[in-house]
Amino acid sequence: MSDAILPSAVTATPARSPSRARGESPAVQVVLIAVSLAFLLLFLLLPLVTVFIEAAAKGWEAYRAAITEPDALAAIRLTLLVAAIAVPFNIVVGIAAAWAVAKFEFRGKNLLISLIDLPFSVSPVISGLVFVLLFGAQGYFGPWLQANDLKIVFALPGLILATVFVTFPFVARELIPHMQSLGSSDDEAALTLGASPWRVFFCVTLPNVKWSLFYGVLLCNARAMGEFGAVAVVSGKIRGLTNTMPLHIEILYNEYMGAAAFAVASLLAGLALVTLVLKTLLEWRYGDAIAASRRH
Amino acid sequence: MTAATTTFRWREPSILPGFGLALGITVTALSLIVLIPLAALFLKAASAGPADIWAVATSPRTLAALKLSFSAALFAALVNAVFGLILAWVLVRYDFPGRRLIDAAVDLPFALPTAVAGISLAAIYAPNGWVGSLLAPLAFKLTIPFTGLSFGFDGKVAYTPLGVMVALIFIGLPFVVRTVQPVLEELQSDVEEAAALLGASRARTIFRVILPPVLPALMTGFVLAFARAVGEYGSVIFIAGNVPMVSEIAPLLIVIRLEQFDYAGAAVVATMMLLISFTLILAGNLIQARARRRFGDV
Amino acid sequence: MTRPVYSRLLRAGLVLGAFTLCFGVVAGARAQTELLNVSYDPTRELYREINAAFIAEWNAKHPDKKIATIRQSHGGSGAQARTVIDGLNADVVTLALAGDIDAVAERSKKLPLDWQKRLPHNSSPYTSTIVFLVRKGNPKAIKDWGDLVKPGVQIITPNPKTSGGARWNYLAAWAYAEKAFNKDEGKVRDYIAKLLANVPVLDTGARGATTTFTQRGIGDVFLSWENEAFLALKEFGADKFDIVVPSLSILAEPPVALVDGNVDAKKTREQAQAYLEFLYTPKGQAIIAKNFYRPRNPEAADAKDIANFPKVELVTIDDVFGSWKKAQPTHFGDGGTFDQLYKPAR
Repeated sequence: MSDAILPSAVTATPARSPSRARGESPAVQVVLIAVSLAFLLLFLLLPLVTVFIEAAAKGWEAYRAAITEPDALAAIRLTLLVAAIAVPFNIVVGIAAAWAVAKFEFRGKNLLISLIDLPFSVSPVISGLVFVLLFGAQGYFGPWLQANDLKIVFALPGLILATVFVTFPFVARELIPHMQSLGSSDDEAALTLGASPWRVFFCVTLPNVKWSLFYGVLLCNARAMGEFGAVAVVSGKIRGLTNTMPLHIEILYNEYMGAAAFAVASLLAGLALVTLVLKTLLEWRYGDAIAASRRH
Repeated sequence: MTAATTTFRWREPSILPGFGLALGITVTALSLIVLIPLAALFLKAASAGPADIWAVATSPRTLAALKLSFSAALFAALVNAVFGLILAWVLVRYDFPGRRLIDAAVDLPFALPTAVAGISLAAIYAPNGWVGSLLAPLAFKLTIPFTGLSFGFDGKVAYTPLGVMVALIFIGLPFVVRTVQPVLEELQSDVEEAAALLGASRARTIFRVILPPVLPALMTGFVLAFARAVGEYGSVIFIAGNVPMVSEIAPLLIVIRLEQFDYAGAAVVATMMLLISFTLILAGNLIQARARRRFGDV
Repeated sequence: MTRPVYSRLLRAGLVLGAFTLCFGVVAGARAQTELLNVSYDPTRELYREINAAFIAEWNAKHPDKKIATIRQSHGGSGAQARTVIDGLNADVVTLALAGDIDAVAERSKKLPLDWQKRLPHNSSPYTSTIVFLVRKGNPKAIKDWGDLVKPGVQIITPNPKTSGGARWNYLAAWAYAEKAFNKDEGKVRDYIAKLLANVPVLDTGARGATTTFTQRGIGDVFLSWENEAFLALKEFGADKFDIVVPSLSILAEPPVALVDGNVDAKKTREQAQAYLEFLYTPKGQAIIAKNFYRPRNPEAADAKDIANFPKVELVTIDDVFGSWKKAQPTHFGDGGTFDQLYKPAR
């Protein structure tokens, strides 16, 4: 796992001339476009549409009731809280990792990049399991935690740890290739001109990579709020206390309250849409700048 | 970037500050969040003792679950590689109404919570769902290439191994599109034109001129989609059916072992999953590195 | 200059993070008493009603020791036991079968091994049994356990490895087969193997299985908790499904227990004990019957609710299998009869 394995969320869309489309005959083009559309419709758009249709099945009042019910509100609050802690943590670590990896040459760098990527290929279930093995009552630190009356699993810290684990690579993955491709001449110039290191960082380095950072944060946040497998293992599923939104959705679904489940799901789906819209708008508005800054 | 030197030095000198701080934060966080917990997993698996490890690792149920997880992930990644490439091609090369919308929609699986995806996929592909009811009359025999697995398609998708694949295709698609797309965008069209001018057919141009440089990126996307799919849990359990030996995925087996209070057994299955994925990803990276050397870093 | 913007953003982020952290801690440290009931899947509706009734009664009698809320956690019985073993600080556990609470007692050592003797009726304030839920009109003509192994009958049951209800299903089928085949072990095993071969979906919990059968339209017959079957009729309409009562079924005794280690640490023993005892009171028993569980004290319940329960010959686990401690490893342990007999057809 090394350089540039990055599902780059940035899709620079430079102005293209119709002449580039020359090559395939119009018939082939139509077929290819139709195949793509059908594939997307079947696998991506239909599930999304289902969420909203099912959510609206019982009408607006039922929808409002489902998302303002105390347990649902508690789940929403908890999800926001977990994301509010996990995401900033990953921003700091992601920036630090990108700085170390992109600006310096050192031994073991590829290993470090691989290790940062590691959580990505670990099953979410395993991400939860490891914290139960460490901090559960039967785990390695369990007795010590109990003796000191500290709770990690089945409480907020466990949810945060599992979420941080799962979203660990997101920011770093976006930043590293971008910073690598930029090189460090800008920073070196600023430094030589007498700027303080922090000033260089805030005024030169960060502005250069702000869009990658922003994308990384968007994806990290979406995953943090939507994570299911890992938090399911460490949550304990206490209603109103350790239930995050995805878990609350599962609970409602299991209580024959399908419409309510999809109502809460529609909030998360809405978040997903907002994420996509923000991303697209940015590309639209700053497409050229992003393309220019990411060309490698 | 500075070139590698032959002198033995741990790190190249640089006038930039903050190396210690940045690396310190990274390594500390990495150790606390990722490495120590994973070490605990290996430790737990090892605590089972060789005989038990062997018994868990070679039990037919474990093997069947691993086989399903890896073959379904492989198949889903292949489907994604094919359709992802077509999709990326269409998005980069053609102009049609709604292209931007489609482009944005590709990222949906990144943003949509997996449990939500699982529930709605189950609703759609169940025999009484929108798509499931359409598929029901279309029963046929399906053999999955390369894996030797064959499934008699009896018109059902949800609650069969096919359901697992549908969920895995969903979550893996953006990885292929997003890795291939930038490479396609940067392809120089003059090479293509030259090939065309020299009399190469379109198909020949595609296979000899366009595909080779795209291949490493496609491979990367494939490996990413595969790695993500192998471990996926949230979207799969709602649609899988979870029948042992048939539609029970490896992550579910871990959960089941955990729920039987068999911590070491869960850790053994988890460790096996990790080791197999790492080996495959490593192999993928090697192939890719070789391809890069051959075709240059595009 | 961009710098102020960035450092301000950074500072704002830090402050926000610190604030939320404090808020979380403060919110966690609220003084009022909370109980946590860790339960299995189908009791959601039951305990929602029980909790409200108990809190009202307790708070009226003990204004100085008010209970703010009773938190609920639901899931597969085995999964729930696992979370308590791993340290979820449940005040009471109300699980599907004694074996799971035994596991909690053995592994967490937070309650004595003889916990089942501490409350009346084997610590089970309610019982239930296993019945068949079939599609309206019973198109496959399923009347009894023997009909389940007919070719082409699809059976929905959860996974006995993770679901308590499924273990009762399995044992009820086993008990029927022992009677039908005169304890001929070979024939019993053959029957169970055929039954398992007819299962197309094996959900991890009772609720998941109910959803698969009722909402996804899979299967011809659903082996279900009696209460779950009644609830399905109530939720989805009696015009969609029929309940079939087999000739013989098992007396399922879902037990409840106080988790001593946790209530002592949380100083909630008095409330938690009263909570469990409330289940045995006439008021508690009436709510139990209303939620389709069989009360221990039918006189306390509404006669209309009692009339719902069909008469069925019930065997107990102790009669047929000795005890949970024997049945659990024999049938559901690694390499037990379930593992031996479960060979699904490709």
